[in-house]
Amino acid sequence: MEKKASFFRRSGVQTIIASIVCALLGIFVGFLILLAMNPSHAAEGMGAILRNFFKYDQSSTTLMYYFGSTLVKAVPLILCSEAILFAYKAGLFNIGVAGQYTVGLLASLYTAIALGWSWWLCVLAAIAAGALWGFISGFFKAMFNVNEVIAGIMMNWIGLYLTNIVLGSKKVMDQSTSKTYNILSKNPKALLPSFLSDVFGHNQYMTIALPITILVAIIILIVLNKTTFGYELKATGHNRDAATYAGMNATRNVILTLVISGAIAGFAASMFYLTGIEQYTLSSSVPGMGFNGIAVAFLGGLHPIGAIIAGLFIEYLTMGGQYLDTNYFNPQVADLMVAIIIYLCGFVLFFKHLMNKGKAKALTNVNDETNKPDSTTTEDKEV
Amino acid sequence: MDKDDYVIEMLHIRKEFPGIVANDDITLQLKRGEIHALLGENGAGKSTLMSVLFGLYTPEKGVIKKNGKEVKIKNPNDATDLGIGMVHQHFMLVDIFTVLDNIILGAEPNKFGFLTKADARKRVMELSEKYNLKVDPDAKIEDITVGMQQRVEILKMLYRDNEVLIFDEPTAVLTPQEIDELMKIMKELAAEGKSILFITHKLNEIKEVADRCSILRKGKYIGTVDVKDATKEELSSLMVGHSVSLKVAKEDAKPTKEILNIKNLCVRSKLHNKDAVHNVSFNVRAGEIVCIAGIDGNGQTELVGGLTGLENISGGQILLDGEDITKKSIRYKNTHGISHVPEDRHKHGLVLDYSLEDNMVLQRYYEPKFSKAGILKRNEIRSYSDRLAQQFDVRSGEGAKTIVRSMSGGNQQKAIVAREMDRDHKLLIAVQPTRGLDVGAIEYIHKAIVNERDQGSAILLVSLELDEVMNLSDRILVMYEGEIVGEVDPKTTTLQELGLYMSGAKRDAGKEA
Repeated sequence: MEKKASFFRRSGVQTIIASIVCALLGIFVGFLILLAMNPSHAAEGMGAILRNFFKYDQSSTTLMYYFGSTLVKAVPLILCSEAILFAYKAGLFNIGVAGQYTVGLLASLYTAIALGWSWWLCVLAAIAAGALWGFISGFFKAMFNVNEVIAGIMMNWIGLYLTNIVLGSKKVMDQSTSKTYNILSKNPKALLPSFLSDVFGHNQYMTIALPITILVAIIILIVLNKTTFGYELKATGHNRDAATYAGMNATRNVILTLVISGAIAGFAASMFYLTGIEQYTLSSSVPGMGFNGIAVAFLGGLHPIGAIIAGLFIEYLTMGGQYLDTNYFNPQVADLMVAIIIYLCGFVLFFKHLMNKGKAKALTNVNDETNKPDSTTTEDKEV
Repeated sequence: MDKDDYVIEMLHIRKEFPGIVANDDITLQLKRGEIHALLGENGAGKSTLMSVLFGLYTPEKGVIKKNGKEVKIKNPNDATDLGIGMVHQHFMLVDIFTVLDNIILGAEPNKFGFLTKADARKRVMELSEKYNLKVDPDAKIEDITVGMQQRVEILKMLYRDNEVLIFDEPTAVLTPQEIDELMKIMKELAAEGKSILFITHKLNEIKEVADRCSILRKGKYIGTVDVKDATKEELSSLMVGHSVSLKVAKEDAKPTKEILNIKNLCVRSKLHNKDAVHNVSFNVRAGEIVCIAGIDGNGQTELVGGLTGLENISGGQILLDGEDITKKSIRYKNTHGISHVPEDRHKHGLVLDYSLEDNMVLQRYYEPKFSKAGILKRNEIRSYSDRLAQQFDVRSGEGAKTIVRSMSGGNQQKAIVAREMDRDHKLLIAVQPTRGLDVGAIEYIHKAIVNERDQGSAILLVSLELDEVMNLSDRILVMYEGEIVGEVDPKTTTLQELGLYMSGAKRDAGKEA
């Protein structure tokens, strides 16, 4: 009965096509908005966003420098989406990633600036903080069946205000600028070791965060698909009763899923703030990184490697806003476009479904003539 | 009955799924006021054909006629407009709604957008009275029995004035008493002029209620016969293509040492404040099949739950081969000699979104055979799954990597039975192991269970099917309201005697409450 699926019928290929369609559609809608704002300069504006840092193509050093910055800023986004998709594959929707990211940044900045720890201890502190936040949601889910989305949202706010309180103190925050102190001036040994910064135009923010992110994605890919551990987590996520029946510790698995997801989110924060590229300012809303991670995870087809590509793409567009001519456009237009693309990301599954429907029809007609059955479907069928 | 008065005709229907032709040139003609059985094994294409009629699938070829006129049924709404109603095998009810709300759902009576339930209630109660379909209109679906849920589904069709009623394996989930009642109701409905399509693979039921019977085999139309002219043996050989024995051939049991010994087991009920299982004691020896008979809901589920560890025990002791396993984990029990075919295959038995191969190793994925240093041995799992699937004739569209959700119920059940029988065990606990299976598969599983017994396994069978109880078991224990009220020998007892025990009218001496 087993047959190789034809190229376009493979689920992976379909996901990729659907994601690309979403991205193109987002760019197109973005263009329409530019057109509405300033018709005569719309094409130019779009060009600037898409051309992005390639604008500096006369100087490869500058070009690489800005390329590096995009990579640095994409890292936390990618890691947040890895955290989301890890939990999602195990059947949990961890919207608490935003809060886990926040306490991760709290832990990494506090240990770096106030306590003067080395970078790797700061990273461990961030991981522990994120894991603890995940544990709390997981504990309530496993023990009392409290929905992880509700618990996650609550923990997001608790995490945000806790962070504001702790990082707002004199030890960590420069009261004159309302920003946390620069790590470089306070405790340079808390900065992540640099990596290939010469290649990227001496970009001092290029650190080991980039290769580690790729490594994390590969580890998640392996854990989810190749290990008994991933098998257990996914089984528990899909059907907790069956997991219990099979002798798995379902309670432990639910908690563990959210602990790991939280740990990745906390890690994401440390991989960003410990480069020193940005300082934390008091905020009245939860950092959007965790939420954008959701969209990136879906745009990436819920695949650990897909998330890397999707994350880079989204960050590329976000950065593109800086290149808009402010005489004609508000630079936030790029944010708007990203928002639209993120919105359309929700349609990846829908496009996939649409593709299947269309293909099924086309193939049916072929079948009538050649009697050659096709080989994959998402439809329910009795065999 | 007018000879050519067909209310529904399905002519030369063809429906394909990837890798399989589910319906190949099938013709089905339903006369007005008849009960027409649709007989076929699992995967013969019965459900697909009915889904085509109900508008869930669009056929590649063929026409459907209503009252002689060709109609297009593109979705269930079209079917409803044509007066076609269906009771699905897995009920389509909203659990947290009341009975009344479920019945009017989709056809809510209203005035200016406000529900007018009073009229609906009156109408439902009238229908309920008229057809003797007892329901409590204000009970929530999640609180009522499966039998009552089915009556709700039937009322739903009647409320919509449907004249063609499809029953998709309606008896699979019912107790013997409920089945009798359903048969009566179906006859009354037919006498009223409703036309009934009755999907089943239970020959007794066909003989009892159906006028005519169409037979499908592996997606092909075999023929239509008048039920009164055909014997059960003829029907079953038409269905499977060869003759099958309906009796289980087995020698007398030669029980040896005691494998399972339960002493004063108690399990608290989740529904009320009493024990669901109260002071139950019995034993099962190697080489015998002990069957727990009883009407659904008398503590069988909780008893098995307590035994396997799915439910907490509130008192008593369980010995397996002399070892006290009362407080051991589920995994310990799994690995120390208990195999368990669970009652609810979707809830406990399978991870529906996993592939067939992943389900085949559900309890064993971590064993050295299937993994090394935490990494799954995918090739081993694949070949193991393929072997089991072949041995137990588990059919699936895409082999080992088929997502189990897309397989038919019968094949899902076979996969579970295959997995549990293949695991090392001293005791096999099988709860309704043949639920929803066709005659061929039932025969296979019954033989396999007897074979297990002869190999020296102890077998605890929990079944609601009295035929299965009588045919298969070496000893029968009857459970009533959480207690074992009697033990009988299947060779000397009668169905009537069993019925008395099951309904609580009779108790053995010494088993008084």
